[in-house]
Amino acid sequence: MHEIRWHGRGGQGAVTSSKILAEAAFRSGWSGVTAAPSFGAERRGAPITASTRMDREPIRILSQVTTPDVVVVLDDSLLAVANPAAGLKPGGVVIVNTVRPRAELAIPADVRVVTADVTGSALAAGVVVGGQPMVNTAILGSIAAATKLVTLESVEAAIADAFPPGPAAKNIEAARLAFQCTNA
Amino acid sequence: MTTKVITGNEAAATAAKLARVQVIAAYPITPQSPVVETLSAWVESGELPAEFVTVESEHSALTVCITASTVGARVFTATSANGLAYMNEQVWWAAGARLPIVMCIANRAMAAPWNVLNDQQDSMSERDAGWIQLYCRDNQEILDTTIQAYRIAERLNVPVMVCYDGFLLSHTVMPVDVPSAEEIDAFLPPRTAPLQLVDANDPRNIGPVTLADPRADADGVVRPGYMEFRALHHGALLEALDVIPEVDAEYGAAVGRSWGGLTWEYQLADADVALVAAGSLTTQLTLAVEALRAEGVKVGVLGIRAYRPFPAAELRARLAGKQLAVVFDKALSYGYEGPIAGDLKAALFTAENSPVVFGCVCGIGGRDVSPENLADAARRAIADLDSGLRDRTPDWINLRPEGGAR
Repeated sequence: MHEIRWHGRGGQGAVTSSKILAEAAFRSGWSGVTAAPSFGAERRGAPITASTRMDREPIRILSQVTTPDVVVVLDDSLLAVANPAAGLKPGGVVIVNTVRPRAELAIPADVRVVTADVTGSALAAGVVVGGQPMVNTAILGSIAAATKLVTLESVEAAIADAFPPGPAAKNIEAARLAFQCTNA
Repeated sequence: MTTKVITGNEAAATAAKLARVQVIAAYPITPQSPVVETLSAWVESGELPAEFVTVESEHSALTVCITASTVGARVFTATSANGLAYMNEQVWWAAGARLPIVMCIANRAMAAPWNVLNDQQDSMSERDAGWIQLYCRDNQEILDTTIQAYRIAERLNVPVMVCYDGFLLSHTVMPVDVPSAEEIDAFLPPRTAPLQLVDANDPRNIGPVTLADPRADADGVVRPGYMEFRALHHGALLEALDVIPEVDAEYGAAVGRSWGGLTWEYQLADADVALVAAGSLTTQLTLAVEALRAEGVKVGVLGIRAYRPFPAAELRARLAGKQLAVVFDKALSYGYEGPIAGDLKAALFTAENSPVVFGCVCGIGGRDVSPENLADAARRAIADLDSGLRDRTPDWINLRPEGGAR
């Protein structure tokens, strides 16, 4: 079983994307998938977490993800308020949306970190809501590139399933750009 | 049939659509709200040809369902926690009026303190109201059970609550096989109700005062007194002990999936210790069983699907010869113990070869409980039994000492 923990802020769409990733995983051949919000208070701008699980058999664990294989950080401001490496399994990876170099990130040196300018991908694709770039779908491309757990094609299909055609095309483009700019 | 990766709430809404419900009335409350949000979108788009009645409260939501069901409609509603409590008067009315209403409960903790997270105190507190209560272990069972519930309800004229854990299932996506409309139409034909429409040429007084003793109505026909009505109602709940498994088997024949009827088990046959629960805890208990069996401890899961009627005889049979039953309740009868633990002890009292029953309380107000926590609680219960204990107060799993309680 692979466990993914999402770190985002209320309104950034982490919960939505945790579900799209589950759909993409199912389409990539994982017969057991779940995705859930963290079960706590949620308010716009406050740090939140969500989770996605995938396995070759039905998922029977419903408690919170505490020992993730993959951690996804939607923006690097979260590194100051959340501990993304907490509970990370040996060999795990932290994927961070940032333009800063790895050495500047407050993540222990022995942790594998993959960075990508996901915000740039979202802006380039025109995924902007209320003047703010939405990175939650773009970063699905980075997850596909960094983990190989899901294919880019399955991510595109899952996004197409989650949005009306117009917005879906932009979000798919953002995920493609993030896939390409992720140095895994 | 197609497979969709959906939440428990979406599974419930999908079931209501497949059941071709005609009237929906509900008031939003977390974590149930997405059920009726989904249904209202389908009504608005025309995908679901039903009447969606918006109301100002849960009490009115169930009242609308009562009136629509009285004149023959197939109706649906859903709620949680304080919404269910606000309905309480009409919960009893729906049951006593013998209306085949199906209501999904996304289980949530009761306030105060205010909390929107999962436990099962809300529906467990309605156990005596005369509804059938079915608990679901995953999103697939939510869809299948909600459809089955209409067939059970309409056969017995008893309302059914389909209960599933808030957030843990209501807000968690997982793959769900969605039957085709044709499959469900064959399984669940349109409702045939005794009173289809109110007819001006055949005036009726529905719900008159019913006195203690039987008496003749205006046509001279002797009608039951209140106590006879209640005895008939109790008889219908006992008949449900047969009807629930029959409908589950019929659904299995029609759709290819069934869920064990009243109860189900996992690796229980050769077990010395049974882990007993209702709802999504039972899914996690199967993992606890595998961990304990790897240590050589012979344990199994006994899952309760029907909590009312309480399947006492079936539980006695499944537990005969076991040494210990560890019950995991997500609710509490304050000042006594968990509702399932108490009911199970009563069911086993004087039974031959019955196990010791130890209760646990867990997951209250959303407190996280993992398969490891459940396995640890089973180990503690086994140690208590080995130390000679035959009764104990509930074990509060994951109670945090820094929170001030012991």
